[in-house]
This record gives sequence, C-alpha cells and structure tokens, in this order.
Amino acid sequence: MTGVQGFLDQLGARKQLDAEPSWIAARRQAGAARFEAVGFPNRKNEEWKYTDVSAIAKQQFALTDNADFDRAQLDAMMLEIDAYRMVFVDGVFSAELSSLEGLEGDVSVEPLSQALASNHEAVGGALGRLNNVDFSAFSALNAAFTAEGAIVRIGRRVALDKPVYLLFVSRKQDAPVMTHPRVIIEAGSQSEATIIEHYIGEEGAANLTNVVSELFVEKAAHLVHYKLQEASTQEFHIASVHIEQARDSHYRSFNLNLGGSIARNDLVAELNDENAVCDYYGLFFGRGRQHMDNHTKVHHNAPRTYSNENYKGILDDRARGVFNGLVHIKRDAQQVRGYQNNANLLLSDRAEIDTKPELLIYADDVLCSHGTTTGQLDERAVFAMRARGLDEAMARGLLTLAFAGEVLDSVNEPNIALRVERAVAGKLPDRFNLQDLVEAQDA
Amino acid sequence: MASEEMEQLVRREYTQGFVTDIESDTAPPGLNEDTIAFISKKKEEPQWMLDWRLEAFEQWKKMSEPDWSHLDYPPIDYQAISYFSAPKKPEDRPQSLDEVDPKLLETYEKLGIPLHERAALAGVAVDAVFDSVSVTTTFKDKLAEAGVIFCSISEAIREHPELVKQYLGTVVSRGDNFFAALNSAVFTDGSFVYVPEGVECPMELSTYFRINAANTGQFERTLIICDKQAQVSYLEGCTAPQRDENQLHAAVVELVALDDAYIKYSTVQNWYPGDEDGKGGIYNFVTKRGDCRGDRSKISWTQVETGSAITWKYPSCLLRGDDSVGEFYSVAVTNGRQQADTGTKMIHIGKNTKSTIVSKGIAAGRSDQAYRGLVKILPRAENARNFTQCDSLLIGDQCGAHTFPYQEISNSKSMVEHEATTSKIGEDQLFYCQSRGINEEDAVNMIVNGFCKDVFQELPMEFAVEAEALLSVTLEGSVG
Repeated sequence: MTGVQGFLDQLGARKQLDAEPSWIAARRQAGAARFEAVGFPNRKNEEWKYTDVSAIAKQQFALTDNADFDRAQLDAMMLEIDAYRMVFVDGVFSAELSSLEGLEGDVSVEPLSQALASNHEAVGGALGRLNNVDFSAFSALNAAFTAEGAIVRIGRRVALDKPVYLLFVSRKQDAPVMTHPRVIIEAGSQSEATIIEHYIGEEGAANLTNVVSELFVEKAAHLVHYKLQEASTQEFHIASVHIEQARDSHYRSFNLNLGGSIARNDLVAELNDENAVCDYYGLFFGRGRQHMDNHTKVHHNAPRTYSNENYKGILDDRARGVFNGLVHIKRDAQQVRGYQNNANLLLSDRAEIDTKPELLIYADDVLCSHGTTTGQLDERAVFAMRARGLDEAMARGLLTLAFAGEVLDSVNEPNIALRVERAVAGKLPDRFNLQDLVEAQDA
Repeated sequence: MASEEMEQLVRREYTQGFVTDIESDTAPPGLNEDTIAFISKKKEEPQWMLDWRLEAFEQWKKMSEPDWSHLDYPPIDYQAISYFSAPKKPEDRPQSLDEVDPKLLETYEKLGIPLHERAALAGVAVDAVFDSVSVTTTFKDKLAEAGVIFCSISEAIREHPELVKQYLGTVVSRGDNFFAALNSAVFTDGSFVYVPEGVECPMELSTYFRINAANTGQFERTLIICDKQAQVSYLEGCTAPQRDENQLHAAVVELVALDDAYIKYSTVQNWYPGDEDGKGGIYNFVTKRGDCRGDRSKISWTQVETGSAITWKYPSCLLRGDDSVGEFYSVAVTNGRQQADTGTKMIHIGKNTKSTIVSKGIAAGRSDQAYRGLVKILPRAENARNFTQCDSLLIGDQCGAHTFPYQEISNSKSMVEHEATTSKIGEDQLFYCQSRGINEEDAVNMIVNGFCKDVFQELPMEFAVEAEALLSVTLEGSVG
C-alpha cells in the first residue's frame, strides 16, 4: 500500500524502543494524526507550488534495522576531515563506523536513541520545540517515526577543537527504505562550534531521507552549520532545519546541494534577541532530471538583528530549481538589516528555475533588499578568455566554477569546498573538462 | 515631529468627499439572471451579449473568491449590492458639454478638474463615466476623421458588434478569475477604443470615472484594440465621494496590440480610501491585461494608486509576438488603514521579448501594501529580457511593505533581473533639506517625489502634475 496509509502502516513495523517514554509515544501519535489529516502536500499548497512530491507518495518505503556497511567503501565516500564523527546507515546509528575519540569537557555528542535511553527528560524539552508536527506534513511524518538521530550539546564557553561530523549514508537496496532522522544541536552561550551534516548514498540508492534538524544558538554562541547533500540522483531528500538564536549569537549556514532526485530544504531562523546575526549561504547544482528546492525564512523578531543570504543555482539538462527566500521583519523590530540575493545560471534550454524572494516588513527603520538574477554565462567574458588562448569548454567551465565560487569562497572547510568544486566541475557536461584543472590547482 | 502632531496630520480629511444628488435609476440589490437581463435590457443589448453575460454568470457561480492576497477585509455580500445605477435620462444623453447636467459639471468643478477647459486646452477627448452610463463624449468628430472609434462599450456593442465579438473576452476570459467573471456578467459601462491600421491617434484619450450613487458597484469594461502600426495613449483617472458602505469596484480592462502597435495606458486612481478606521472605502478588484498579439508590439502600463481601502490589481502583459515589449510603471501610496496588493505579470511567449517593471511603494500610517509580480519566460521565448525593480518606502512604524516576486524561467537564453529595496526616508536627507530652510513636510514630499520620479516620467504631462499633487495630499502629515 502506498500513499498516506502506506506510510502509516509502516509505524507498526517499526522497531520498538525499550520502554519508550510516554511523551515520545504521545508525540508519535500527534505526528501520525497530523500527517493523516494533512496528507502529502500538493501543488495547490503555496509552499509546494513548484515541487511535486507525488513520486514520494506513490512509492512504498520500508524501514531498516541494521547499519551494515563496508568500512573501506565508507572511507572512500566520506569527507577526509579531522572531526568527531557519527555515522548513520539508512538512519541506523553505527558505533563501529563512528569516531568520537578525544571528545572531552562539557560536550556531548550522542545518538538520539542513546540520549533517550539514558536521560529522556533532558531531551524532552528540545525535541520538537522548534519544528513541531504542524510545521509540515513531512515534519509530522518525521515525528511519527522519531527513533534515531543525533543530539549534540556544546556547553557554555566551550570552543570545540574539531567539527562535529554527522554522516548519513543511504544504501542501495532491493526495496527502498525511509529514514526520519532528527538532529538536535544545542550551542551553549559563548560557545563556538562547527557542525557538518553530510548526506551521501550509494549509486542507485532510491531511499527517502526525511530529516528534521533543530538548532539552538544561545547567547553569543557562534555556530557554523554545513549541510552537504550528495545523495544519489534517485534519492528523495527532504530536510527541515529550524534555528533559534539568542542575543549576540551568530549562525552561519552553508546549504550545499548536489544530489537527490527531489531535494527539498526548508530553513527557518528565528532571531529572537538583539544583535543576532544569521548568514545563509547556499548552492544547488542540478543535472539530468534533478529537482532542487530551497525554501529559506528569516524571522527578525527583535530589533537590531541582521541577516544576509546568498543562494546560487546552476541548472543543466532538464533540471529544475526552486528558490523561495523570505525575510520577515516583525512590528517594532527596528534597525534591522536584511539582505538577500539569489543568482541562477541556466546552462540548458530545458532547465528551469522558479524563484521567489519575499520581503514581509512591518517596521519602518530598516534596510532591506533582495535581488535575483537568472541568466547565462557572459558571452563577453567567454570571448575574453578565448582571446587569451583558453578553449571554449574551458572558458565556460571556469566561469561556471567562478559563479559557484562566490558561495564557496566563504566555506572555511577546505575539504568541503574542494569536494563541491570537484563535483561541480566533474558533473559539468563533458565539454567542461575541468577535472584536470582542479587537480592542477590542487597540486 | 511630535507623534501627537503627526497623528493629527495623519487624520486629515478626504478633501474630495462630497455627494452629488442625482436621482438614480438603480436596480434593486442582488444578483441573479434577472438582474443581468435587466442590465442587458437597460443597455439595449442584442441577445448574443445577454447570452455571453449569462454564461459568465454560470461560471462565476462555480467560483470562489480568491484568498491568497495579502489583504484583510470582511466578506463581501454579493447579494447586497445593486448592480446597476444610471443617471436619470439614459435615452436623452447630451451630445456636448453644454447639454450636460450642470450638477455633474459642478461635481467636476469641485474636483478641481474643469472638464471642458481641460478637454479643450489639453486637446483631450473625454469619455466621462458618471456612475454607469457615459454622459458625454467629446472630440468624437475629430477622432472619427482619423478613423478612431472611441465610445462607451455599450455603444460599441450596438454599433460595432463585429469588433466587440471578435475581441471581447479574448485577453481576459470570462472564467479567468472570480472578479473577472463577475464583471463579465454584470459590467455596465466602460470605454471602447479601436485604432485602425497605421493610425496614430491624434490626441490622448481620457476617461474620468466616478462612483456616485451609494451601494452600487461599478463594473467597467474597457476594451482597447490597436491595429497594425497604430498607436494610442489612454488615460484613466478617478476620484470618489465619501461613503460609509464599502463600494465594490471590479473592472476589467483588455488591451490588444497587433503588429507594430503601441498602447500606452495610464491610470491615476484616487478612490475614497475610507475613514481613519478604514471604514467605508472602496474595494478595488481589477483585472487589467494587455495582449501583445503582434510582432514588435508594445504595451505600457503606468499607474499611480493613491486611493481605495482595498486594491487588488495586477496589470499584466502577454508578450506573444516576437520582439514585443511590455512595461509596467507603478507608484502605490497607502495611508491610514489602506491595503494594497498590486503588481504585474509579464508572460514572455515570443522570441526577443522585453519587459521592464518599476514599482514604487510608499506605505504610511497603518497601511499595508504588497508588490506581487510574476515574470514567466516560456521555453520558446529565446533572448527574452526582464528587468524588475521594486522599492518600498516606509513612513511610520505601524505600516507594512511586502514583496512577493515570482519568477518562472525555462529558457537559458533569457536574462531576468530583480531588485528590491525597503527602507525609510533617510534622516540625513531630511536634515539636509531642513538645514536649507525647507520644512519637514515639504522635504518629505520632495524626497517621495524623487523616489517616484522614474514612474512619473512615464506619465503624460497633465497626469504627472496631478499625480504629484495627489501624492502630497495623500501623504499629508504622515511624516515620522
């Protein structure tokens, strides 16, 4: 059975937690009820106007309970990065593949199931506080299936020496599976940390990943959040990210999307007190028939809060990109600055972009702007490069990479930047033979 | 400025609120097939027109009022509205200004627009709509000489049925949206313009709309057709007397430009915006659309929106012909409790089509306004080009300005740009003016007029002057 009921039927097949706390059961029920009530979003829903998820609704997804994965294969796939690492295989935590050695002090990085087993009350407050079941049908579905995920707590004044690396691996299986991970990040006051969420999949994996992340950035905390999505081109990837920021906090998000058949990201930041700063950087690169949808929202709930957004899209073949950015300034949230930019590059006649940058402003003493452009490579620039001896393919490739560079330049993790650059260069059509160039630069 | 003083200034009275007492031949409130038949009969329409209306009514009955706009108003009872109101002597319409009911002329005088003088001096032919029947049409002979047909839509239905049949409802179909369907069923008057091939209309055509009789909605239907290589500039302006009941206005304007034709459509809208609580203002739900049907055709919309309690209006262009051009220049000013959800749609269908959108929004008092636009580039619209700029200026901390630009682009050889800014009047600009002896009020007016300059430049001369004055009146005392 497929559709809403098909998904809910899987709830019975789910592995039971040992002695599940009653509040979790209640949340689960609330999620299931909500999901049953609203069903899958259709295109009449303004939030889903350009993204058709009927392919997901039609599919039947199972649940898995093992995390078997070849170590060598994983090493080849994951980022070469010195970090505290947690690995989830099809949503199941693998202690074997994870590495949390050297983690000390007032920091905890653990799988959600473990945190719930050891001290579920401590999780109770955070879970679902920002992203509740009514946020979207997919959030409700996630709540109904809450079982695993990552919970990262960074204590007061802790400056984490290495990034926390959350790796989600999707396996190619005979029957597609679904996973509903929940990520909770609590960045204590004056703490500093980098979180990397990384989604990869085996070639041909056609699973559904429906992740919900909740990030709490306390007073004067600095949190850098990378979300690198490199799933297979058959994977369905749905992500809801909610951020809550306190006074003087600084949150930086890099939302980098290369994979997925349908990839949808919802980012919502709540700037609740003065001098909270939120930076959104995003890059999406679609090929084939990929569909990439990014919805971002910044709510300026307090005066003197600042946001800055730059999203870039590159679309080739028959790929379709969607961008929807909202800057919302509440009444009396004066002296706010909010900037938003979305630039898109269409490399093929059959590619499509639907973009909608929104401003919702209820205060007068503010400075807000948004800009969006869609076009193609500047022929004069191509000409200029060719006049200097580069062949056309190289010229176009370099310009495309430079276009992505505006976002990637801000990435402070060289391994991530390089990985995306290579992906963009490598995934460009054959005529953009840039692999050598990147390697030459690398050497 | 002290907030109390500001409050006082914001609570200025609507200076153009007065009621002319002319006995109206008004249909009883309510909407059904009989009402439509009554309207059709009053207008002496042929059977095909009545059928057309009834079909639209059938469609309307199946539709529901749209709720996606960023507007907040109590539900409208469509059965409580009277759909027809005409000055008493419909059979005996005046042929020149001398024959016009002096009370009517007086009304225009009060508005500060001496119709005859203005018409004579500016060389403008005026098809004035008072309530629902065209009262006077001037300069008809001169236009006739050029071959231009300029008359009321009712007259066109009677006199030029072949043209009306050919074009009516081809740009805005009857089922296009809720308000367009309603208008198609009950429209009472409006203008009809046909400019034949190769003719440059010798003068600017103008209509002055007014809503007068209480409780009647005004449903204009305007149809402008510019044949090959023809040109016309059309001016529409309106003010309304003060009223307590909300008055519904659902107009439909259709423009058709054939090969190499150029239509310029300018509007100054100053309907009654309601009192300080937003009570009694006009609800303005308008569907305006231009169809650049021919190659190298051009349609240009320019609008200055200062009135209405509710504005729901998206003048659009269908750029069907290759190399066709669409333009939209808009200034929207809201004060008090006014709400405006306005913008444009540019649908690029033909190759090398170009569109420009410049939208300036000024929100003051407790008003709310939204720009909502769509730029759609279809796969075969190669080398399409769009530039959009929408800026908002906020005056006071209780207003809101919102921007919802949609862009749907499916052609890689096209270029689409959008820029939007929102800010308030710079303290430094105000200080600069004030330190040179310009009082705050005038300084604000200067800055706001400067802000709108890009749009005012596009207006015909007479309108530009009026628009600037209107802006000052609307913003009077809203300095924060």
